[in-house]
Amino acid sequence: MSTVTRAHDHGHEHGHGEAHEHHGAPYGVTRWLYTTNHKDIGTLYLWFACTMFFIGGTMALAIRAELFKPGLQFLDPEFFNSLTTVHGLVMVFGAIMPAFVGFANWLVPMQIGAADMAFPRMNNWSFWLLIPAALLLMASFLVPGGAAGSGWTLYPPLVIQQGIAVDMTILAVHILGASSIMGSINIITTILNMRAPGMTLMRMPLFVWTWIITAYLLIAVMPVLAGAVTMLLTDRHFGTSFFSAAGGGDPTMFMHIFWFFGHPEVYIMILPAFGIVSQIIPAFARKPLFGYASMVYATASIAVLSFIVWGHHMFTVGMPAAGNLLFMYATMLIAVPTGVKVFNWIATMWRGEMTFETPMLFAVGFLCLFTIGGFSGLVLSIVPVDITLHNTYYVVAHFHYVLVSGALFAILGGIYFWLPKWSGKMYNESLGKLHFWLSMIGFNLTFFPQHFLGLAGMPRRVPDYALQFAEWNMWSSIGAFIFGLSQLIFLYNVIATIRGGARAEQKQWEGADSLEWTHLPSPAPYHTFEVAPVIK
Amino acid sequence: MLSRFPRAAGAATALAVCTASLADYHVDILPPVTTVSTDIYRLHWSILWVCVVIFCIVFGAMFWSIFKHRRSLGAKAAQFHENTVIEVIWTIVPFIILISMAYPATRTVLAMKDASNADITVKVTAYQWKWEYDYQQDGIKFLANLSTPRDQIDERNGPGAPKNENYLLEVDNPMVVPVGKKVRLLITSNDVIHGWYVPQLGINQYGIPGFIKDAWFTIDTPGVYRGQCSQICGKEHAYMPIVVIAKAPAEYAAWAADMKAKMPAPAPAAAAPAESATQTAAAGGAAAAPAEDPNKKWTLAELKARGEKAYANCVACHQPTGKGMPPAFPALDGSKVATGPKAAHIAIVLKGKPGTAMASFAHLSDTDLAALVTYERNAWGNKTGDAIQPAEIKAARK
Repeated sequence: MSTVTRAHDHGHEHGHGEAHEHHGAPYGVTRWLYTTNHKDIGTLYLWFACTMFFIGGTMALAIRAELFKPGLQFLDPEFFNSLTTVHGLVMVFGAIMPAFVGFANWLVPMQIGAADMAFPRMNNWSFWLLIPAALLLMASFLVPGGAAGSGWTLYPPLVIQQGIAVDMTILAVHILGASSIMGSINIITTILNMRAPGMTLMRMPLFVWTWIITAYLLIAVMPVLAGAVTMLLTDRHFGTSFFSAAGGGDPTMFMHIFWFFGHPEVYIMILPAFGIVSQIIPAFARKPLFGYASMVYATASIAVLSFIVWGHHMFTVGMPAAGNLLFMYATMLIAVPTGVKVFNWIATMWRGEMTFETPMLFAVGFLCLFTIGGFSGLVLSIVPVDITLHNTYYVVAHFHYVLVSGALFAILGGIYFWLPKWSGKMYNESLGKLHFWLSMIGFNLTFFPQHFLGLAGMPRRVPDYALQFAEWNMWSSIGAFIFGLSQLIFLYNVIATIRGGARAEQKQWEGADSLEWTHLPSPAPYHTFEVAPVIK
Repeated sequence: MLSRFPRAAGAATALAVCTASLADYHVDILPPVTTVSTDIYRLHWSILWVCVVIFCIVFGAMFWSIFKHRRSLGAKAAQFHENTVIEVIWTIVPFIILISMAYPATRTVLAMKDASNADITVKVTAYQWKWEYDYQQDGIKFLANLSTPRDQIDERNGPGAPKNENYLLEVDNPMVVPVGKKVRLLITSNDVIHGWYVPQLGINQYGIPGFIKDAWFTIDTPGVYRGQCSQICGKEHAYMPIVVIAKAPAEYAAWAADMKAKMPAPAPAAAAPAESATQTAAAGGAAAAPAEDPNKKWTLAELKARGEKAYANCVACHQPTGKGMPPAFPALDGSKVATGPKAAHIAIVLKGKPGTAMASFAHLSDTDLAALVTYERNAWGNKTGDAIQPAEIKAARK
């Protein structure tokens, strides 16, 4: 199957990779525009995600600056609503998802012993589609009416009222969806067809498993989102009334369709994080991952269950009791495989021989804080409790615990872990630790008090609030600035490392055992595994 | 390696928190005053205790491992990597814990849905950005707007006025209900999705345009209970609170009679549709003094004075100066609509402008609409001299 990417042994003296040793890897702007190399494309995705992360983060700081005290100090309420909306869209579609795709591009071929992805040109297109999508989203601030101000969830009828920015957002979402679907097709085909001999499915690194499952989720649900936003578009401009009761439609139907996408979407954003952490912890405990098979089954169960819980985002809509109850039971059920994974990671650490370099700090931080996010999710799954907490800051606290100290910490830990392999240079360990601890303090100071704000009844998506919410909001804003500014330490560390860090080892982490560490030098050459390794 | 930095920072933070007034740092759900909200309160504490116990076990194991199983203490890695028995146990035990939580939660869900046999019913309609309460059996209907003055809110051009104790949680016309009686709410919306959310009553129900959803509560303690809109609904989402006052039944009856007296009189039976949205269809309504005679002729000065107050419905977007916030919220001062033909100005206020944030204000009374259109046409730099009469609004509604 992968003969195209193997070195030819019948007449050509050089394989494609060796040709580069004569001319060097491509360079210049056209290298990046036309690249079909999974490592280059991985790098592009990661830098894109980094840029979007800082843009979305700046929006978050503007939000928290306004919320530092009660009253409207800086922002118009409608601009504030646009900031919360675009912050959400940018972080979900511009930062977290592309970052994980960047990891997939870099690591999946190397970890299964393949030379590249199955469809390298489609891979290039998947990345470059992100640029016009991001530009559309950013430009939507500049059009009359300002950017969409409905929250990232784009509920009608509010979003039907709003200006052309909504149409730009819909187009951006379509483009992003197309990019994700193509990327997922690529990942699934690569994993199913291009594994090296001996690399059976149950011998793959767990990161690869989490990505194949994530890719199936993406293919299943991105078209659903596309359908939902297309119906918004036609309701806005082409006389349909899918979501308007006056025409026989129902705003609630949008919520059902959106969240049928939306709930698997949040698992799309966390399963690769589970994969990354499942590579890091065994490496630093110097012990194999505990219960590999259960981890695979747990990940698959989470993915399957994720399709039947969407109603828990809609407990206050007025669904019949049976609906609310079924969604409650299914949501509580999903805690079981998630808990199994947490226990397995701890069992991996148990009686290991741990050291706590920066990647391991982030992995352990993930373990602690994602678990707390899981607890608040369990609290929210109880319907009567959700009634008092729905659309309050408790929900904001919950999803930031699972997405920031969950997905983002895994991404940060993963970058520290694999940067030596990707760049051949070792990052500054003291700066890495400083970044970690400031992030821990800043993150918890920002988001832990938000649980209390929600319990006290503060609604979300508000630029202003009643006086009893003032104290916790002040601390939350202080934490946000600590957290946000400390990410600059990370940026500095990454850039300084790439430009002039100390030389890294092939097996920089003695406990790491996947193919990129055991078979490939640091930095990994431009073309790797042109001859597939045989896995014994 | 773990540094001392986080411990020191943690201590400093704790100290700072303690030195501030602890009473301002609310950490719990607000005190419940209905059976449902009491159930909610107890369910939350139950699940929280479950989480705390699991937290202690899980984090205990984790931190034990972090501290003991480290290379710097000479640990040597074991190589075990599976154990089916323990995996089965830690799958089944959480499953059983969850079932034990699901049972009481189910009972409360079923109780929350049972709005039958209510003593009174109130129809709640959400608007951008206010609430309307319609006690159909009592013949009362009124709007509840945020009553916090704008100068306490807006600090963008300098410090605002000092904020009062109920900042953002006060309205001009609270919803009053009798204590100890089952109140059923029928909740809907006039425009976009809003959420009627009063935590102490245990209610958080979306108002969905074109649909009616119900909820119920029985308040056991007289008092004032405050809430807010819980679903983002546009620019004033943070500024449409809910105030529910629970009074002893006799006091409630007195309030209801008082409100009824203030309601506009119903239109004469043979005449055209009711004068304003605040009319009720209840037969035999009290003969109130006709405060809002649709055929009354008002002077320009009277209209402008009344209109300046009614302009409160417009000020959030079009601003006290009439300058608006273009391009989303056009200026009225010097605008073509406010200085051009009256009919177009009246039409836009009555029907709104689809595709923009300008909603229909047809729910206001003919008199209020006539007054505010008059005000807009004669305020700031506008000097049309037009005096719009309520009868003109009534005619334009057809």
